Amino acid sequence: MNAEKSELNNALSLQQEQGIKQFLTFIMADEEYGVDILTVQEIRSWEEITELPNSPDFVKGVINLRGTIVPIIDLRLRFGLSSAEYGSLTVVIVVKIEFEQGSKIMGIAVDAVSDVYSIAEQDAKAVPSLSESNSCEYVAGLVNVGEKMIALIDLQKTMNI
Amino acid sequence: MSIDLSQFFEVFFEESFEGLDTMEAELLNLVPGEEDLETINTIFRAAHSIKGGSGTFGFTSVADFTHVLETLLDQIRQGERELSTEHVNLLLKAVDCLRGLLAALQSEQEPDLNEANALRLQFEQVLEINNDAEASVQLAGAKDTGSNTYQIDFKPHQHLFKTGNEPLFMISELAELGELETHVFYDEVPDITELSSDECFLHWRFFLNTAKDKKAINEIFEWVEDDADISIELCGGLFTNDSQNNDVKHSVVSDECTLKNEESSTTQPAATPAKPKAQSNDKKPVTTPESTSIRVGIDKVDSLINMVGELVITQAMLNQLSEQEITPATITSLQEGLAQLAHNTRDLQENVMRIRMLPINFVFSRFPRLVRDIAQKLNKQVELKLIGEQTELDKTVMEKISDPMVHLVRNSLDHGLETVEQRVAAGKDPVGTVTLNAFHQGGNIVIEIMDDGQGLNTKKIREKAIANELITADSILSDDEVNELIFMPGFSTMDEVSDLSGRGVGMDVVKRNIQSLNGSVEVTSAPGVGSTFTIRLPLTLAILDGQLVKVAKHTYIIPLISIVESLQIDITKVSRVGKNLDVLRLRDEYIPILRLYDIFNHQNAIESLDKTLLVVVETDNQKVGLLVDDLLSQQQVVIKSLEANYHKVDGVSGATILGDGRVSLIVDISGLIKLSGLKKPGSQELIIDQHIAVEAQ
Repeated sequence: MNAEKSELNNALSLQQEQGIKQFLTFIMADEEYGVDILTVQEIRSWEEITELPNSPDFVKGVINLRGTIVPIIDLRLRFGLSSAEYGSLTVVIVVKIEFEQGSKIMGIAVDAVSDVYSIAEQDAKAVPSLSESNSCEYVAGLVNVGEKMIALIDLQKTMNI
Repeated sequence: MSIDLSQFFEVFFEESFEGLDTMEAELLNLVPGEEDLETINTIFRAAHSIKGGSGTFGFTSVADFTHVLETLLDQIRQGERELSTEHVNLLLKAVDCLRGLLAALQSEQEPDLNEANALRLQFEQVLEINNDAEASVQLAGAKDTGSNTYQIDFKPHQHLFKTGNEPLFMISELAELGELETHVFYDEVPDITELSSDECFLHWRFFLNTAKDKKAINEIFEWVEDDADISIELCGGLFTNDSQNNDVKHSVVSDECTLKNEESSTTQPAATPAKPKAQSNDKKPVTTPESTSIRVGIDKVDSLINMVGELVITQAMLNQLSEQEITPATITSLQEGLAQLAHNTRDLQENVMRIRMLPINFVFSRFPRLVRDIAQKLNKQVELKLIGEQTELDKTVMEKISDPMVHLVRNSLDHGLETVEQRVAAGKDPVGTVTLNAFHQGGNIVIEIMDDGQGLNTKKIREKAIANELITADSILSDDEVNELIFMPGFSTMDEVSDLSGRGVGMDVVKRNIQSLNGSVEVTSAPGVGSTFTIRLPLTLAILDGQLVKVAKHTYIIPLISIVESLQIDITKVSRVGKNLDVLRLRDEYIPILRLYDIFNHQNAIESLDKTLLVVVETDNQKVGLLVDDLLSQQQVVIKSLEANYHKVDGVSGATILGDGRVSLIVDISGLIKLSGLKKPGSQELIIDQHIAVEAQ
């Protein structure tokens, strides 16, 4: 167990040295987005949620995550996309985000989880600053994996609500 | 063998603070002239432990300071000096100063030594003055004879290290007493193969040339008396100068393995001279970190262990049942097992909560000192009575209630109690009484702060309130209602601002602090007889009794403590005031109706108010009715923070998890009223107007 762990750690640190990070990608409105996999705590299916009164529309409410109250953010609405029906395929990715005042655990609701990719940081390209639509400020960079383009999300900015 | 001492720091600080508390409490018990030897011994022991501990951990500033304090105590203990009020005051100041030093060290700041040095100077003066008679003799003697040389043989037993003692510390302490020559003998050190690193095989012979007496040397070895053979003898008679001294030493000293202790010639504890401006006006407040550890009685822990034992047995039983085939018989025992599990869990919960409960004595104990100091400052005579010190209260509540209480007690002493002359003139006992009383009532703890002073000056409060435009000149208020005005922001009736109270911030802060703990504070007063402040607090912040209500399709929780009553609305008693505020006439009061679904922005359509359910709640002496769809059960809920992962939500004080695992939000009544006031400007004024209208009836 421990040997495995240390092997894993070695592999991870090796990757980090080369500037390679792993990203978990998910699908929203046919586009693929990625978040740093080290921030991901777990992936859950959509469940009943308790609404928070008078909160912005992208804050769907809170759930009980083994005794902790965790807010759920609808990323579609946060990015200004059209809202989608929640169904059995809707997925909640629970992430732990480091803020200045400490870390917070939050959930993001997305259409579906896609894949895990290893991406070198230098491969990420800056977002073209043509549009001034608010959704762009949450994207840290763009990368190509094969034919696909993945938008890497800046979670600190996205979740700073 | 080097140990990282820093791991013991926390314990040392905790013990030292406890020691200081003991010293303070005992000092307050001391009455000059009729002092009890045991009390002085207790104080002395506490001081001695602090000195020992701080010396070991290298906090020399504390150790040095404690030393002078201890010297004075020792002289009193030995009967060499008579205790005076001045001594007690000085010692109390020293306790404060030590607390400051230790707090600074604990938060890893550089302690401010100005105050300590000034106090030390005072101590040294006291020690000198009273010593005059005998000291002059001693000094004269000392001058004539110079210093003495002692031969000290120190042969520790092999297990010395295991008792946690370190000869090196003792040697450096010896070196501080005077000129030290050290010889170490290693003839008993075994072969390397048999050498055990945690046993002591060395022994020493010291020659100490010092002006101090044998007692000082004895003190150094006090802790190891049982773990070593020690002999201390005066040798070579008396010397007047060093050269002679050295000659004799050489004649006595055997040539084997001479080790000159390097420190010996240099170390002479130089008393840092106090700076003249040390009367610290610019005292920087050292913030004491909120204590994070808790001391729990062993009985509480034992009962927890018992319960966990039972829980394990129940779990094993259920496990066994699950492996069996399901028959009606197993179902019955399964149900029994589950009932037992529920029982165990509840017991466990109650007991875990009990761990956080501490007697309120922890707060009360700081008041004797406070009262004494303030009374002295104000030149009043005050007796403090403490009742119900063993009443238990949650630790977090306790930490937060102490400041408001200090404020109230100060107020009682400053404004409430009269001076001796006034009291005598009024035919009262010249000694005023302040009583602190704590007791449980329902699920609450009640703390009363009573004084037998002049009571609140209702007329003056009223005038002030009118001047501050809190009420209008023609408002008709009862005396009690006028008295409640002192809790309004920016209210102070003191004509002069004293340094104790009367800065105008105060009572409103007290009230806000108490409200933030879900508690309440009220005042009753009778002119010439005294006033009583009553604080009511929930026993714990972790659990609250809640009424579950349904609003649209959501479940909310209203704290049971704020609910006055629940009723079905009789439409004939509802009238509409203004644009969209409905008011219900209930007995002699007008209750504004707040539609919860509206405030919380939930889709809900209630066409008629008739026969709908209204929960009447009260906060800040203001009653409002909350319109709900249904009343569900009442239950205890565990409060969870929303802020931990999100941020504050207006109108909601927290969340909890219901039996089915869903999250439910707890309604914050005063936040809710604010929220509704923002949405409907004018409603607040209306409420007040009605209030006055009711009074006019």
